[in-house]
Amino acid sequence: MKSLILIIRTVAAWVITLLIVFPLIWLCMTAFKTELQAISVPPKMFFVPTLENFHEVQARSDYLLYAKNSLITSLASTLLGLALAAPAAYSMAFFRSERTRGILMWMLSTKMMPAVGALVPVYVMAQTSHLLDSLSALIVVFTLSNLPIMVWMLYSGFKDIPADILEAARMDGAGVWGEFRHVIRPLAMGTLASTGLLCLVLSWNEAFWSLNLTAAKAGTLAALIASYSSPEGLFWAKLSAASLLAIAPIVVFGWFSQKQLVQGLTFGAVK
Amino acid sequence: MPFLQLQGVEKFFGSLRAIKGVNLTIEKGEFIVFVGPSGCGKSTLLRMIAGLTEIDGGSLQLDGRDITRLPSSKRDLAMVFQSYALYPHMSVYDNMSFALRLANVDKSVIKDKVMRAAEILNLVNYLQRTPRELSGGQRQRVAIGRAIVRAPKVFLFDEPLSNLDAALRGQTRVEIAKLHRELGATTIYVTHDQVEAMTLADRVVVLRDGAIEQVGSPLALYDQPANQFVAQFIGTPQMNVVDTSALPTLRQVVGATTILDGFIGVRPENVLVKPVGTAPLTGQVELIESLGADTLIYAQVRDGNGPGAQIVARQNTRTALRPGDTVALDIVPSSFHLFNRQGQAIALRP
Repeated sequence: MKSLILIIRTVAAWVITLLIVFPLIWLCMTAFKTELQAISVPPKMFFVPTLENFHEVQARSDYLLYAKNSLITSLASTLLGLALAAPAAYSMAFFRSERTRGILMWMLSTKMMPAVGALVPVYVMAQTSHLLDSLSALIVVFTLSNLPIMVWMLYSGFKDIPADILEAARMDGAGVWGEFRHVIRPLAMGTLASTGLLCLVLSWNEAFWSLNLTAAKAGTLAALIASYSSPEGLFWAKLSAASLLAIAPIVVFGWFSQKQLVQGLTFGAVK
Repeated sequence: MPFLQLQGVEKFFGSLRAIKGVNLTIEKGEFIVFVGPSGCGKSTLLRMIAGLTEIDGGSLQLDGRDITRLPSSKRDLAMVFQSYALYPHMSVYDNMSFALRLANVDKSVIKDKVMRAAEILNLVNYLQRTPRELSGGQRQRVAIGRAIVRAPKVFLFDEPLSNLDAALRGQTRVEIAKLHRELGATTIYVTHDQVEAMTLADRVVVLRDGAIEQVGSPLALYDQPANQFVAQFIGTPQMNVVDTSALPTLRQVVGATTILDGFIGVRPENVLVKPVGTAPLTGQVELIESLGADTLIYAQVRDGNGPGAQIVARQNTRTALRPGDTVALDIVPSSFHLFNRQGQAIALRP
């Protein structure tokens, strides 16, 4: 009886996992098919893999440029975000006022608004400051849209550091920067790392703003994928190859940093 | 010129006046203890001196310099926290050398100073450990070590012994006293434990509700309390303070017939328990506490003209009395204190 439940449970787990992973597996397979094989009915499960699609994607739309844009915007927005969020979280965690809670809630509430609600003003601002299709505009927008989550994560991480220890550092002659460098940074390394990682992933995957604010010059990988859909007709194999190229780096990166990511996402949840 | 001077120092929390214009001068090398019940503002006052809590009014001078608005990091004071507040990610050596490293002191000088402090505090074998690997007493010594390597102008202690068990507390108290004798450093020490106050202090500052009640040497506070609060706060068990209207006979016993209305205070060791009929006050034993060296006898004393009062007697001999027995009580001549209705002490002899 017990073993039967175990079997059912195992089967169910596999089925659910396959359901979730199936599109990704299908994407991988399609990326290595020819266009003809990709649309054949019934679908071909066995075929001779080809790298043709990848060549074509690179040749037609300069994958490396998009990858570079993605890398620059994610890294820059992460660093800028940490530089802004850390002082904010520091002051809210260690110099609480009666409005701290309210400010935190307000910051989070901005994430509840659909991004499209801010599209027109942001677009006009980018346009009038001649920043359309520029990396700077994307960096600023990514940073600001991730900022509430970063402040929250850092705030809950910093709060776990006893205020006494910071006061001791102050008595020992540390200024604000000294406190941060010698006490907060080493003690909150886990929080800082997981916040940075999460922000990196979010910026990398961001599609809405990069589709709307960029064209050929500053497009990120998300824009690259999109360019393979409707306007040129549906090229399933090339679309899959482009998608695979876009998600591969962040999936590999996520795989190696999953421990930090999970820690970051469950902050405050278990304590 | 005083070394540390507080002039009209004030603190507000919202509309609450938490520290009410404190004036205090401290001489170089003095050991000052702030004592008082919970919530009296003693820790707040210490934190204001440390610069961890902002001063809202008045001024603070250290060694001829106004430091009222100076940040903690520039005040050249060291503090030992109740929670020790050691840096958990640093070794004992790094904890103790942190301030000197921040000040860019030469490495060999740092090593000398840390080693010397470690020797004084018996920490030489623990320098490479992290705070997590130390016992409570050792952590406390590291916290003290962190303060003494800096040779600051003033040492601040915020209830440093309250997290230790009773035996260790006594031992560490003796060590702190010894350390102060050796280093001669100006020290301000906050505690709610009057034994620590009495044994460590050159001068004790008794605080209540954010104001100073009395400043003086431990024995001066014990022998000449300025008011009923100090009289009852210092000394265990606390001084018997009896309303004159509750026990009119007591007034005749002490010979204080001149005061008509107020309180009479007598320390328990000055109350003598005698056989019935040999002393003017009579009462019934309610409770006996035998502490070995001392015996405390709690008696309910009645008086024909008043509601009576409980009086505690302390004697260094054992007793055969039991609760319910009737006894007579006498007072050692001129060992009493008089307080008016406002609780202020009244001079015994004009």
